[in-house]
Amino acid sequence: MVSALDTRQDERRARARAAAAEVCDPEIPVLTIADLGVLRDVEVAGDEVTVTITPTYSGCPAMRMIEFEIVTKLAEAGFPDAQVRTVLSPAWTTDWMSEEAREKLRAYGIAPPQGRAGGRGALFGHDTVACPQCGGTDTERVSEFGSTACKALYRCRSCGEPFDYFKCI
Amino acid sequence: MAIPKDKALFDYAVRLADDQLVLGHRLSEWCGRAPTLEEELALANMGLDLIGQARSLYAHAGEVEGEGRDEDALAYLRSEREFTNMLLVEQPNDDFAHTMVRQLFHAAFMAPYWEAMTGSADATLSGIAGKAVKEARYHLRHSAEWIVRLGDGTQESHARTRAALDHLWVFTGELFEMDETALSLLGRGVAVDARALKPAWDSAVDETLARAGLDRPAEIAMLSGGRTGRHSEHLGHLLAEMQYMQRAYPGMTW
Repeated sequence: MVSALDTRQDERRARARAAAAEVCDPEIPVLTIADLGVLRDVEVAGDEVTVTITPTYSGCPAMRMIEFEIVTKLAEAGFPDAQVRTVLSPAWTTDWMSEEAREKLRAYGIAPPQGRAGGRGALFGHDTVACPQCGGTDTERVSEFGSTACKALYRCRSCGEPFDYFKCI
Repeated sequence: MAIPKDKALFDYAVRLADDQLVLGHRLSEWCGRAPTLEEELALANMGLDLIGQARSLYAHAGEVEGEGRDEDALAYLRSEREFTNMLLVEQPNDDFAHTMVRQLFHAAFMAPYWEAMTGSADATLSGIAGKAVKEARYHLRHSAEWIVRLGDGTQESHARTRAALDHLWVFTGELFEMDETALSLLGRGVAVDARALKPAWDSAVDETLARAGLDRPAEIAMLSGGRTGRHSEHLGHLLAEMQYMQRAYPGMTW
């Protein structure tokens, strides 16, 4: 037997979760923090909402912006004073990114992470990355770090386009 | 100031934070000066990773101490003698070869270090390590590839990298030192045994130098002192710049 109070609490939790899940990554606006796996949890206890997030990289400068956006979105959804908590463990991994999210990245012009994280040698390892523009696999890495820490810079030898690759970590 | 409840853990977290902060600050000094745009981005990104790691470690140290000092107080309001970073990370950027050799020496140590620390009995340190190990592996790959290009490049790049290896080699002994603080925490399953990382470091450095066509410098007497606050002349200058705003305008925020 579900009481009316439980139902109301579930509804509030779902609404808070939906509001937080709308927040987009400021660097990759086609992905939400839920798509990325940055959003870990949304708890509602009485009037208090606590949103738990995890950074992609230790020094990710987007975290402050994301916190601000979460608080704003929740306030709009009727939850003033939401708390945002940052956890480091378990460490974020690109494995948490859904197939749908990977497809959104590709459509946006960023090559999604290849395969699963871990298991590759640290020294002189290489990924085969397909060009998000033409699909060609004759690509070369220009730099291990692209416009943000989570991306590397590549160039396609087939169509000549430079592109970002979302690194697999 | 009161002695922290767990002084060893506080000191250990702070020294590890100091290493990452000082090196992160050194990398930030390349902003606007890197040889190419791609390297500008890479150096800044690696600096951000390191400063991010330092922030997590300082925050943890502040909680362990329990005196209300936060990450900013620990980063900006301690003097040179209170910093306990290793000497390697405070050495000046000099030319690009020096910066990359310093990166290689540090990353080849930190990649296995963080990996070992993921098994720490301290849950916060283990959590920080779980993130940092992924970052350190990229830093290692980045610097190793540069050393190969520089060593195997022109006469000029080879000679500069050779000089950087010879100049910075003397600071690599300190990486593997274990003092009383580290040993006591090792006994509690908290700290990493740095001595045990020497074979992994040797093999990463040797493989890189072999590919680069560079010889490993001859063994010499090593310099150390950073862990007890005895630094080279360079740290004071670095801190003077890094801490200037908080010293001049205490409590100032952006």
